[in-house]
Amino acid sequence: MVVTLDAETLVDGSAEGKILKLGAPICFWGGLDPKTGRIADPRHPDHGADISGKVLAIPRIVGSSSSSQQLLELLYLGRPPAAIILGDADAILGIACLVGREMGFGTVPILRM
Amino acid sequence: MYLSPDERDLLAPDAPPATTMAMRILVDTARMMGADRLVPITSAHIDGCVYFGDAGVLFAERLRDLGGHVAVPSSLNVGALDILHPELVLADAHAKTMSRRLMDAYVALGCTQSWTCAPYQAGYRPRLGEQIAWAESNAIVFANSVLGARTNRYGDFFDICAALTARAPDVGLHRDEARVAKILVDLNALSPALLNDDSFFPVLGAWLGRTLGSTVAAIKGLPAGVSEDRLKALGAAAASTGAVALFHAIGVTPEARTETEAFAGEPPEAVITPSPADMQAARNALSTTSSVEIDCVALGSPHFSLDECRALAALAEDQTFRKPVYVCTRHAVLQILEANGMREKLEASGAIFVIGTCVVVTPILKQASGVLMTNSGKFAHYSPSTINHDVVFGSLGDCVRSAVSGRVERDDRLWS
Repeated sequence: MVVTLDAETLVDGSAEGKILKLGAPICFWGGLDPKTGRIADPRHPDHGADISGKVLAIPRIVGSSSSSQQLLELLYLGRPPAAIILGDADAILGIACLVGREMGFGTVPILRM
Repeated sequence: MYLSPDERDLLAPDAPPATTMAMRILVDTARMMGADRLVPITSAHIDGCVYFGDAGVLFAERLRDLGGHVAVPSSLNVGALDILHPELVLADAHAKTMSRRLMDAYVALGCTQSWTCAPYQAGYRPRLGEQIAWAESNAIVFANSVLGARTNRYGDFFDICAALTARAPDVGLHRDEARVAKILVDLNALSPALLNDDSFFPVLGAWLGRTLGSTVAAIKGLPAGVSEDRLKALGAAAASTGAVALFHAIGVTPEARTETEAFAGEPPEAVITPSPADMQAARNALSTTSSVEIDCVALGSPHFSLDECRALAALAEDQTFRKPVYVCTRHAVLQILEANGMREKLEASGAIFVIGTCVVVTPILKQASGVLMTNSGKFAHYSPSTINHDVVFGSLGDCVRSAVSGRVERDDRLWS
């Protein structure tokens, strides 16, 4: 089945992967272990889920502004999600992709829906 | 996007290469945020100087190697090393080396060695209406709310790009319309005694962040003259559990001298009246364990001010802590405590000063896991995920009594 959805492009690119829809907002700092790509916050409903290679749907990014560093580290270590779909416009993840592109670490598409 | 001639020059091939790299990132970020122009800024606060991985170090060093230098006064948030007591940090050799390289790179870029997450208490105080680009969620919410300066919730990497170009996207909280309160939070159902207790403020903040996400609220009913330390605690907790970048406190904060001003003459979209039970639930949610024993106390997220250190000293008197009490603060505060003899007394009680960093951003606690007690909503929120510690939240008085006995001592009377 093909479903077409409208979204706004924050960071362009193309990607393929299984969808992982998070059940709650997340802060990447403390919420995610960039070395393993797993959700590390024991209070998060998706604790333990591996985001690497997934199309990651996130209702909202909350908390620390260090989430940018965590996504850049995922790009650098080769463990990023395939793509990110955000519930609201937040540049904290998008900027990691822009830096990743400048530094040659790669980038992932980010959409807002 | 409209770029002024000066701004186009920053992208030109003959501009300094670090500036053009920063400008490319800045302009693309501005587009992503929906801006159609940029706004000049006069101050930056840099959070990217704390080591979380090698990628951030390589980025800062690239900017340095390209000859970058900040174009506006730029303060530094905490690093991952204790600038006075390197032995306190238990990170491995690689992490320590990389932390040092990262800190050195930002200093080489021209940033000021403030090393604090409370720059607003260290003399970095932009004025009402001033356009700035600050990172670090608690610094952002304080600058917007308490000082009335204007910044979005900027993060690592963007902060230094803004500092190198002296620009930010002219969107969001840089503009009048986004600063208007939408929701009225009326505290009239809460007792005056609760509203006058230190530990109420992080609890209210944690509730606010979880309830509102990033919506701008105006709080009605905070006592006039409420201290900056209390507003700091409120904002830091709200920016941890939610994405709060700005709150107003009617009659307290500079853009909300009156309710009409906070809402720009419009009626609120909704009025929320938190109940005592809501506050009790929010307080309970800041603790993750019912353990009766604690392993340590951590204070100072955001960094403890001089007043907070004095309050700690008054509560500690000459008692001996059975459990270590980590006090995270900045160097200048420690120097004052040293001059007036308070440092020696507190250390004799068992306090451990952590300078220029804090216990959740770098490994300092001696055990890999355990129970940490704190009066900080921010420490309470982040300790389980970042340093694998369960948390007991309490007032500063509760923390001191618990440190002395080694067991959880909490005064629940205000909360039941």
